[in-house]
Amino acid sequence: MGRKNWLIMLGAAIFIGVFPWLVMPFKAVSHYVDVMVFAGIFSLVCIGLSLLMGYAGQISLAQAAFFGIGAYTSGILTSKFGVNPWLAMGGGTVVCATVAWVVGVPSLRLKGHYLAMATLGFGVIVNIIFAEEVNWTGGPSGMIDIPYLRMFGRKITSDLAWYYLVWGIVFLVLIFCFHVLHSRVGRALRAIHEDERAAESVGVPTAGFKVRVFMLSAVLASIAGSLYTHYVTCLNPSSFNLMWSIRFVLMVMVGGMQSLWGALVGTVLMTFVGNEWLQVFAELEILAYGAILLVVALFLPGGIVSIGGFRRKRRQSALEGAGT
Amino acid sequence: MGTDFLQYVISGITIGAIYAMVAIGYNIIYSVTEIINFAQGEFVMLGGLFAVFFAGTLHLPLYLAFICAVAVAGCIGLAMDRFIIGRARESSVLSLIIITIAVSILLKGSAMLGWGKDPYSLPAFSSGGPIMVAGAAIQPQALWIIGICALVVISLTLFFRKSVYGQAMLACANNPQAARLVGIPVRYMVFLSFILSAAIGAAAGVIITPVSMMEYERGALLGLKGFGAAALGGLGQFFGALVAGLILGLAESFCAGYLSSGYKDAVALVLLLMVLFLKPEGLFGNREAARLKKF
Amino acid sequence: MTGTDFQPSAPILKVSGLWMKFGGVTALRDVSYEVPEKVIQAVIGPNGAGKTTLFNCISGMLGPSEGSITFLGQAIGGIAPHRIAVAGVARTFQHVALFKKMSVLENVMMGRHPRTGSGFLAAGLRLPGMRSEEKLIRSRALEYLEFAGLAGCAGVESGTLPLGKQKILEIARALATEPRLILLDEPAGGLNMKETEDLGELIQGIKKLGVTVMLVEHDMNLIMDISDRVLVLHYGEVLASGAPAEIKENGAVVEAYLGAEDEE
Repeated sequence: MGRKNWLIMLGAAIFIGVFPWLVMPFKAVSHYVDVMVFAGIFSLVCIGLSLLMGYAGQISLAQAAFFGIGAYTSGILTSKFGVNPWLAMGGGTVVCATVAWVVGVPSLRLKGHYLAMATLGFGVIVNIIFAEEVNWTGGPSGMIDIPYLRMFGRKITSDLAWYYLVWGIVFLVLIFCFHVLHSRVGRALRAIHEDERAAESVGVPTAGFKVRVFMLSAVLASIAGSLYTHYVTCLNPSSFNLMWSIRFVLMVMVGGMQSLWGALVGTVLMTFVGNEWLQVFAELEILAYGAILLVVALFLPGGIVSIGGFRRKRRQSALEGAGT
Repeated sequence: MGTDFLQYVISGITIGAIYAMVAIGYNIIYSVTEIINFAQGEFVMLGGLFAVFFAGTLHLPLYLAFICAVAVAGCIGLAMDRFIIGRARESSVLSLIIITIAVSILLKGSAMLGWGKDPYSLPAFSSGGPIMVAGAAIQPQALWIIGICALVVISLTLFFRKSVYGQAMLACANNPQAARLVGIPVRYMVFLSFILSAAIGAAAGVIITPVSMMEYERGALLGLKGFGAAALGGLGQFFGALVAGLILGLAESFCAGYLSSGYKDAVALVLLLMVLFLKPEGLFGNREAARLKKF
Repeated sequence: MTGTDFQPSAPILKVSGLWMKFGGVTALRDVSYEVPEKVIQAVIGPNGAGKTTLFNCISGMLGPSEGSITFLGQAIGGIAPHRIAVAGVARTFQHVALFKKMSVLENVMMGRHPRTGSGFLAAGLRLPGMRSEEKLIRSRALEYLEFAGLAGCAGVESGTLPLGKQKILEIARALATEPRLILLDEPAGGLNMKETEDLGELIQGIKKLGVTVMLVEHDMNLIMDISDRVLVLHYGEVLASGAPAEIKENGAVVEAYLGAEDEE
């Protein structure tokens, strides 16, 4: 995965490792550990979305739905059937992969606007199901009393334990994804993004690869959803609605979708913006989201990581061809 | 049973007419620019809420409020193209999708600031009780909706078929370079398409508000269902949009009546997915032409 | 060098009764033809004769309206392009279709795709098999770059190469898929005389590797120099076929070209 990425990873790991100890002594910011747990969970979704959008060039406005499917599968299996949470998490990934396959095969034949609309429609349908299947999901009023995650025979309850667990998973997933990108598979994904016809001509089954990367992104969203379930221990359909799908796209775009680091930076930044700093604006929050999305799409298509010459050569072309 | 059925048909046609108008809004912009405007639904919402503002707050007569609301929405559509989409004309499809989504969030947020989160209603366009037909009640407003929808479809069809402007607008979509060469002001036609599309969306919003009220977050779903109608009818097909809108409205109304009212919103979306998956060129679209488009 | 050393052998590609219609337009009309193995087969014809359409049908980019295409005894008409690539047909495009943001070497490495197999899991977990495969992909890709004379610019972003080198790179990428048949769509288009000469040598080198070459080209000198057989298409139909020298003398062919020139 390249020397440069290992170095960045080392730096990021050190930062993540010491971060809690920097903020915990100060009361005003000690809850940043909690915010970072959410940032880590969302990062898993956004890493998958970055593979899909930034590398393979396919848009999805359904990531919140996969996040939700993972979350509800975990929630239902553990609270109603007493299944081991880790097993339930695995179950969630299987469900998500299956759903992503069923939806992905016909959807990914579509391009651009139609793909966006199809994933959007799918996401809204899933959300309606969450709200309507009251017996299973608790409906709009939500689902509560979801058991805690256990590890080595102990409940994981403290923010700090969650922090290291979630970020540990994030780094494992990052390493996995960097390896994928720096391989035959990753090259094929970039090839699909650049020129589908040419990719086919050298033997890349473009449709199959698009579906598989869509499934991978769904599986990552599902793992994130399961973690989310056990962290907050209650679920509500509004955490998985269209606005959240758009937020995930926003997180990836703010950071820069052509780089996994961009997805990570964007997610952490936007989680802080959403959970912390925009609270000041209260009702204006939604306007701020719209404005940020617009400004990034119009003026900074390469995202934050494209600022200052970092990956400059890709800057202009960050969005080029994506989803067309 | 028979009466229920008739009642569902009537409400299905009413809401279907609204979807058809939203779909026509998509079609106009798509015909001229090949852009799908994800903010289309927000214009419906804005139309309703502005009519509430003009009629309820400023106490204008209803017809004047209707005209003002449509005019304001038209201006917002113009502004959207002039200040935002116009800057991104050369962007990729993905950028354009994100940009129109951003606009829709901005419009929705502004509406929330302006009107709060409560739903608002308007008085019906004509007073008087429901008309009874074979035991089913037809609200006069339903007739207004159907009538205005029919008027829009007919006048647009005439506009695009007969008038010089309409022909010029279609020429822009087919081949902008050639259109420019024969002296059609393409830029102006694009403006016009955004104004028209916003205005028609807003008109749909005004006429539906007396029936089902209007609030700031209704836009997205109306927009999505309207897109379902546009896709089902075949993008760019005005008559197709009308038929498809009615099909969607009826399906939704029957689902709400006979199956489950909770899932009625899902019906149109499931239909949308089925169309996109099985017949993306729509019922009335041309498969050959569809292959050349950007989807 | 002319086609004197050409000896007919079993056909590698057999096209029979091929029709391609787009709406009201017929691009190919009942085309039947056989290409023997290990030859350089030129396809010529005025603009709009259906040459590129024929290539698109053979490489699976288009599904023919009617008729069959048989490659090495396997029916390939209408199956997906990537499966045809796996079966052993590679191609280049009239307008260069490189992965412009990838390096020259990565482009050729893409060509190894159908001959390698590790997937998401193997790559993500960096299993040993995948690592050795990756090394092999790189070394084989370098060999093909060497063959095409592009080893010097392996690390360059391919989109920044001059057109001549881009065209050669596209051929190298196609060769890396280890095809039995390679389709070159106007490889000399936009090249200068020196580049065209080099290209001719490269194509003959490809033939020496035992790969059959099909070539759409407007540069008549190049075709007369290197090809063993020539197929002439006109308005989607086979007008003539034979050795280059015969084609040169064929009255119908000359007329078709002159007629086309008049129209332009």
